[in-house]
Amino acid sequence: MAHRGILVDVTKCIGCGSCVEACQKANEQPAHEARGLDAHSYTYLMDRGNDTYVRRLCMHCENPSCASVCPVGALKKTAAGPVTYDPDKCMGCRYCMVACPFGVPTYEWHSAAPRVRKCQMCVHRGAAGPACAEACPAGATITGDRDELIAEARRRVASDPKTYFQRVYGITEAGGTDVLYIGPREPVALGLPPVKTVGPLPDLTWNALKHIPDVVLFGGVFLGGLFWLTKRKEDVARAERTEIADKGEHHA
Amino acid sequence: MLRQRLAAIRLGFWSVTSIVMIAVLAGIAYLRFTRGLGAVTNLSDSFPWGLWIGFDILCGVGLAAGGFAVTATVHILHLRDFKPIMRPTVLTAFLGYIMVVCGLIFDLGKPWNIWHPIIMWNPHSVMFEVGWCVMLYTTVLSLEFAPVLLERFKLDWLLKLLKPVTPVLVIVGVILSTLHQSSLGSLFLILPEKMHPLWYTPMLPVLFFASALAAGIGMTVVESWFSRRAFGKPIETDLLSRLSRVSVLLLALYLALRLRDLVARDALATIFPLSSVTVMFLAEILLGAVVPMVLLAIPRFRRSPRRLAVAQGMVVLGFIFHRLNVSVTAVEAATGHAYLPSVMEFLVSAGLVAIGIWVFVLACRYLPIFPEGALAEEERIAHAAGTAVARPAPLTGSAPAFDRT
Repeated sequence: MAHRGILVDVTKCIGCGSCVEACQKANEQPAHEARGLDAHSYTYLMDRGNDTYVRRLCMHCENPSCASVCPVGALKKTAAGPVTYDPDKCMGCRYCMVACPFGVPTYEWHSAAPRVRKCQMCVHRGAAGPACAEACPAGATITGDRDELIAEARRRVASDPKTYFQRVYGITEAGGTDVLYIGPREPVALGLPPVKTVGPLPDLTWNALKHIPDVVLFGGVFLGGLFWLTKRKEDVARAERTEIADKGEHHA
Repeated sequence: MLRQRLAAIRLGFWSVTSIVMIAVLAGIAYLRFTRGLGAVTNLSDSFPWGLWIGFDILCGVGLAAGGFAVTATVHILHLRDFKPIMRPTVLTAFLGYIMVVCGLIFDLGKPWNIWHPIIMWNPHSVMFEVGWCVMLYTTVLSLEFAPVLLERFKLDWLLKLLKPVTPVLVIVGVILSTLHQSSLGSLFLILPEKMHPLWYTPMLPVLFFASALAAGIGMTVVESWFSRRAFGKPIETDLLSRLSRVSVLLLALYLALRLRDLVARDALATIFPLSSVTVMFLAEILLGAVVPMVLLAIPRFRRSPRRLAVAQGMVVLGFIFHRLNVSVTAVEAATGHAYLPSVMEFLVSAGLVAIGIWVFVLACRYLPIFPEGALAEEERIAHAAGTAVARPAPLTGSAPAFDRT
């Protein structure tokens, strides 16, 4: 598989919670009812009424803000798709949490050695893939190659316009994500974050960061030049003063 | 006699306050490092950055900007008149950065990994760049401050070694400061949808740099006035007045940039209808920039060091307002998640500032921070000389204003 993705088809979800259960088991978390993303819950089900259940999990962006802002590279976008986290590198600045447009990363606020927590698409399971997709009895969460999933999502949406809202969430959001959603209503109505930016968010900070070499280069020349010019002025003034003083003494 | 006694009492008061503060800080630190950030802060998954980032880091770094501005004025522009205020300003900056590092140790989840950016690189991260710059600039500041200690302990040979590299240090310091002062603004560039449009703008780095310069100079004036009042140190009103004229220019530039940007993004209209959020914006702009700019532009106003300090204090407060608005108000307004710092968060921030002031006072007492001689003496000499050297009229004209108010 070139690049793993996950497709969530909200119309197929029966709200059984098998994905949540499998996720907790796969990540060695105590079994519990997850009511939101938190340090012990990488996924949970939102009950949106009318038998509509929407699960949330890390979107695994194509150009993840979290990995871009991490000063030590603890968060990484792997070539295979998942955005992974290395707690040994992390120093706990929590910039990833601030930067994530989907509000995904969570923190161990009550730990003396806290870690950032989020879905890592079960990288530790290797080729077995995400436990949630494996556990889903209704085919609401499936995994596979991202491009193939996009094609499949588009096919489903186009072939049944009565059931599906005509949009695949995750193709353009924040420059594209590896987790994709299709559903009966518009994404916002499903409770998915209304991310309007269509380009990669890390470009926004890079636009500022890319000027650093110029600031150093031209700043150095400019300041060095100022130093040299005003120093010369000062030296000349001092020389003139001494000269005048000398003459004055001479005359006296 | 009475004066000396008063001074002794003041020292006693400060010492006691500082000891209490340090004890409180130690207690909070114990809780924080045994039970985690959640035990002492009101931070949450939806609001991961709070007062410690908004105040201790963003304001601590910004208010120390006087350091590079004044050293550059003296060493790069060769405006030697400003030399008397250089050391106190460098000291303020140095203490400011130490406070930032202390704040970081409280705020970072795993502060023992604070050195990681040295070997684990991510040049795409603004935080990585800020980390490196702060690290390097704190080193530069300690070298810029070193002559004070070397003089005190009469290590002349080291002093001689340091002197020729000073201009290089200063230039490096200015470049590093330019980079990270602006980058603190760039930190927020990645949040276009998580901030209120009155504060989110691609111009954030430029605005952060300009406002840090204004606030750094404001801080220099306030702290000079404080030193003058507290120890009768010979800081001339004329110097502070000249600095304040630069502030007027900087504030005008800042306001022009801010207004131009708000208009360009069609964001001005979001001020109405008035809400608590937009009132914060108006207070920040009007009280923190417009009013002090106008006041400082009036020559008569600038004659009194106390008034200068008040107006510059407004600049400093306006700056703190801006940083907290960017990091808290704007995010609250856009995401709908509320955050109010806990009492312990306030205590840590206030405690670090108090300790900073305490160390400043101690340093002023025991180290050659200020030029020798009392204020009155200096000015008498200036008068005798007719002050004809570089600045004639204003100083002589404003002589009666040199009371110690």
